[in-house]
Amino acid sequence: MSEFLQQLVNGLTWGSIYALIALGYTMVYGVLRLINFAHGDVYMIGAMTGYYVARHLPSHFSELNFGIVLGLSIIACALLGALIERVAYRPLRNAPRLSMLITAIGVSLFLEYGGQLLFGADPKFFPELIVSRPMFHFDGVIISNIQFIILLVSFILMISLRFIVLNTKMGKAMRAVAFSQTASQFVGINVSSVITVTFLIGSGLAGAAGVMVSLSNPKIEPLMGIMPGLKAFVAAVLGGIGNIPGALLGGYLMGIAETFVTAYISSTYRDALAFIILIVILLVKPTGLLGKTVKEKV
Amino acid sequence: MSQINAYYIQIICLIGINIIMAVSLNLINGITGQFSLGHAGFMAIGAYTSAAITVYGHDRFAFLPENIFFILALLIGGIFSALAGLLVGIPTLRLRGDYLAIATLGFGEIIRVIILNLDFVGGARGFGGIPEYANFFWIYLLAMLTVIVIANLVRSIKGKALLAIREDEIAAESIGINTSQYKIIAFTVGSFFAGIGGGLFAHLNTYLHTNSFTFLKSIEFIVMIVLGGLGSLTGSIFAAAVLTLLPELLRGIGEWRMIVYSLLLILMMILRPQGILGNKKWK
Repeated sequence: MSEFLQQLVNGLTWGSIYALIALGYTMVYGVLRLINFAHGDVYMIGAMTGYYVARHLPSHFSELNFGIVLGLSIIACALLGALIERVAYRPLRNAPRLSMLITAIGVSLFLEYGGQLLFGADPKFFPELIVSRPMFHFDGVIISNIQFIILLVSFILMISLRFIVLNTKMGKAMRAVAFSQTASQFVGINVSSVITVTFLIGSGLAGAAGVMVSLSNPKIEPLMGIMPGLKAFVAAVLGGIGNIPGALLGGYLMGIAETFVTAYISSTYRDALAFIILIVILLVKPTGLLGKTVKEKV
Repeated sequence: MSQINAYYIQIICLIGINIIMAVSLNLINGITGQFSLGHAGFMAIGAYTSAAITVYGHDRFAFLPENIFFILALLIGGIFSALAGLLVGIPTLRLRGDYLAIATLGFGEIIRVIILNLDFVGGARGFGGIPEYANFFWIYLLAMLTVIVIANLVRSIKGKALLAIREDEIAAESIGINTSQYKIIAFTVGSFFAGIGGGLFAHLNTYLHTNSFTFLKSIEFIVMIVLGGLGSLTGSIFAAAVLTLLPELLRGIGEWRMIVYSLLLILMMILRPQGILGNKKWK
């Protein structure tokens, strides 16, 4: 039983990471109807930024340093996300959706291989900002301080996101654009700036995920974003793409499912699991667990 | 001298295989408008099936002439691929656009993970010792056949139905086109030829590894058909040749290759979405 609970804790930790990345996918899909393939690579840039920032901080590592690294990575990724939108997606706003999808694949490849050129293809080792030690014990279940930080920071970020989306004017505008771009334009919403803010927030969350992953898995390299990106996308689809609570639910379910498959079945099938979940959900309930069905009108 | 020639022939043969892959993918993506990101998966099925047949069946079917044995192996590889295409096509029919893209990507990866776990085709070690049956003659004969079959399919009344589905699926359905059936036809025919291409690839390289059939391989074929123009078969042939040659000509830029590809994808979509050749066709 304690083994099971321990795996559940590990799954929840991974799930928070997936959930943070999935939020970016789902928010961008909400306003642009675009699968932002480059999102996983923004997460990689988050980890890389963290790596270079951490190396230039004073060497007695502490929680304060972690805060600085996290903040700067979030800012760098947010700006990168907005830049990607401005340069690659905005010129295609009125083009067929597939053109945007192909462009997104292009941006993703550009970040991956540009990253290989810029950072080198060899893996790097993220500095040990916080030394891992057990923090809580509950009958054999151990929560380490890193797991606790990941869970806590994700929780804070998610609550802030919820506040922005539900209680601010920008959040209201985001929901309006997600509902209908044309109608929001009619009522005087600046759609372009709403889309920019969406990219800022979504990419910032991915940057935070990148730094936090590096705390527990310090090996980082330019292609590290591909798989988590795809899996987080699957998580977003699982919860219902375009739906923010859905992305959280999907992210946590995905993290838990993967941890259990690794623990109880076999780690070779871990990567296939996400795609099996994806295909099953697309066949059984393509709108996702929390999504609503939208009828296509002619 | 003969070594240099062997190098050129190898590249010319690869061009032929890539023509088969690009043209067959264009049938699914460009002509029918069903964005598939799993073409490398179908190629892998054809490659591994036909290679398994020639490796394990070599002694048992020694009474068959080598050429006939090879063609049979390729055909069976193609048929297995086509069956996989059918298997993917039927359930994903309900999906459109980006969902379909992701689902096919998922299928491609699942196929790869399954092959990676099959021990009799080498698993993670790779599958070696495949007889070198493929040569210039077979590759270009089959490339020609692929182009002829797909060009005729596109020109036939069925091809018009496929184009109608690309333009507007609901409108196509409303004028009585059985969209499900036609989408399955496109998927099955496209995967069949991808399987043939994979079989040729296996018997040209004589060694297979699942790392050759990742998501990135599918992207390479996508770059080819996007560059040549979605829906233009002439463009696909042209782009397959150019994009196979380009990295060889520009040996020094090895690590820049994928960056050039990615910029090509972005710039093509922004500046010239109809492809370099646009909709020009051979008449």
